[in-house]
Amino acid sequence: MKRGFGSALFLLVFAAAALAQQGAPPPAKAFATAPEISYDSVPNFLKLPKGLYLGEGIGVARNSKGDVFVYTRGGEASRLFEFDPKGAFVREIGKGLYGFQMAHAVRVDPQDNIWVVDEGTDMVIKFTPDGRVAMTMGRRPELAGGVRATPPPNAPPPPATPYRFGRPTDVAWDAAGNIFISDGYTNSRVVKYDKNGRYIKEIGTRGTEPGQFNTPHSIQTDANGNVYVADRGNRRIQVLTNDLTVKGVYDNVGAPWAVCITPGPHQYLYSSNSYPDNNNSRALNVSGEVYKMELDGTVVGKFGKAGKQLKEFSTIHAMDCRNENDLVVGEITAWRVQKIQLHPAVQTSRR
Amino acid sequence: MRRFWQLFLLAVVVLFTRPLFAQSAVPEIPYDSAPNLLKMPDDIYLGEVLGVSTNSKGHIFVYTRTGSANVTTGTNRVFVRSSSRLFEFDQNGKYLGEIGQGLYGFVQAHAVRVDPQDNVWVVDEGSNMVIKFDPEGHVLMTLGRKPEALDNPARTEPPPAPGSGAGVPGDNFNGPSDVAWDAAGDIFVADGSRNSRIAKFDKNGVFIKSWGTRGTAPGQFNVPHSIIVDAKENIYVADRGNKRIQVFDTDGNPKAQYTNIGSPWELCITSGPHQYLYSSDSNTNDFDSATIYKMELDGTVLGKFGAGGKQVKEFGTIHQMDCRKDNELYVGEITNWRVQKLTLHPEKTETIRSSAKAIK
Repeated sequence: MKRGFGSALFLLVFAAAALAQQGAPPPAKAFATAPEISYDSVPNFLKLPKGLYLGEGIGVARNSKGDVFVYTRGGEASRLFEFDPKGAFVREIGKGLYGFQMAHAVRVDPQDNIWVVDEGTDMVIKFTPDGRVAMTMGRRPELAGGVRATPPPNAPPPPATPYRFGRPTDVAWDAAGNIFISDGYTNSRVVKYDKNGRYIKEIGTRGTEPGQFNTPHSIQTDANGNVYVADRGNRRIQVLTNDLTVKGVYDNVGAPWAVCITPGPHQYLYSSNSYPDNNNSRALNVSGEVYKMELDGTVVGKFGKAGKQLKEFSTIHAMDCRNENDLVVGEITAWRVQKIQLHPAVQTSRR
Repeated sequence: MRRFWQLFLLAVVVLFTRPLFAQSAVPEIPYDSAPNLLKMPDDIYLGEVLGVSTNSKGHIFVYTRTGSANVTTGTNRVFVRSSSRLFEFDQNGKYLGEIGQGLYGFVQAHAVRVDPQDNVWVVDEGSNMVIKFDPEGHVLMTLGRKPEALDNPARTEPPPAPGSGAGVPGDNFNGPSDVAWDAAGDIFVADGSRNSRIAKFDKNGVFIKSWGTRGTAPGQFNVPHSIIVDAKENIYVADRGNKRIQVFDTDGNPKAQYTNIGSPWELCITSGPHQYLYSSDSNTNDFDSATIYKMELDGTVLGKFGAGGKQVKEFGTIHQMDCRKDNELYVGEITNWRVQKLTLHPEKTETIRSSAKAIK
């Protein structure tokens, strides 16, 4: 028995070493201990008209009425679609928009304005609920007479400036309407603006120290105005005060690709450990799960695993959890949005 | 203690000299902006508004950078596809239609102007072309030629060395920025962001002459960004990089320069017996100061107005202005993706009140 355990341990270590060799990540620290939450996925949730297709399901969010907005990478450029709460197609917003190139996120603010983050045009665009442009932030680089050469991989990024982004990733707001933008792949910072888009302050450079970031990839606020940043490359969630000072670090839930926070008196934080991209088959069993957490970082449970079937996740890139047990998730490699219904009854009765 | 008195004295000096500055400052002109001027169809969006102009009926023409700047590849060349659009609205902002959809020369919008016969002229700094449409929207004339392919940064030979900025002494442009006409219909093209010259053509598009190279001397330019002609046939050039407006006769002889108005991005001149000149010192960062100056044609500054920002009455990099009427301006903004119609109230301008505000 003891020997069996030892060889199992040896095998586990060996497997982990093999995974590391293949470039796969270690499992999240909470992977082994987090209780499983049972869940279902609604089949064929979104109904697209004939001739219209989703590409990579990069951004998904709901408004107060439950309407679903999907910002997807399509063939010509990225496109923003609206569906009703049951998944019936309603309309396209911003067709051919100057700011639509490489989708990264869509979020809906408390007034039901629709915000899009595009990492190809370096822009954040606010639409009214009617779908008209209300405000733009950042500026798409000009064509400038030719095609720019791609900088070498290790070239230092140009210095960040208050009103221009470097492949921004996500947007959030506090109760006063202040705007928080995670920026992004080229810059490594979180920027706070007032509700009219005026720069207030920022935090972050590239690095591993608290307050530094390695691809801040997703951002949310709680009811008290604290800011939760998915510091993906550093495999941690950093919690900032409303004034952008570091308040906490949660490093037990893997690489957070997407975070969302539920509304209501008792808020929960969901975080998706989506690494690696493109369904690396060697890491299927150590990533792809979503963690449910208290705001203080305590893991309540987890659900999901990597894969291409219904109920499986192929690189979750965005989550909406406007209802605690009713989530919509957008996946990169499966080109779809799933509506997930959690059944945490067993756990909540235990607590 | 001595240091304290030094500081105190300094503070006194600062406090008492500031009002003097403020009083001698240019008066602020009160103004309003009509919100939601342009009514767009549900499936059409403005992008960056580089050009806005009105015709004699008050119709509004908007030349915008929108859609995706699509670059496609050939065997060893790179091509760019249309990514700018020209829209027409009536005087109330009702959408009338699109002109030149998918046009070969629509690449990177820079300006639209309407001539006295209501022809619509577009200047495109991506295709290096100036295109004249008749009032119905048919192409009447083209100046310059779109390069067949873009520069490919992966090419092996080095790019051509920068020249004097004078360009080819003929009719090809390099980053043209604006167009204007004199009473005879002669055409003046500000050329532009890569060349640094003014090119003159007759009304049939035959090249006459050009003047200017890159530099700071009178008659030289650093990005001639906007051009306009007054009723007496003086030519005003916004020499943006040199922070001055240069005035020429129609043969290109320098007559004057005005240097007290920041970086002039855009000029317009009112019609009517007493003409005024407006010049925009536009902001490139969202909340930097943004100022429009109202001037006499001789350069006397009468007043100023404007602020940087994203709300109504604030500006995000004004790129073109139309001031057919004295106190009614249409302004197109790059970063706010919109056109605002401004109504000035110069009768309410009070220098003393505005200076009192400044002291607070």
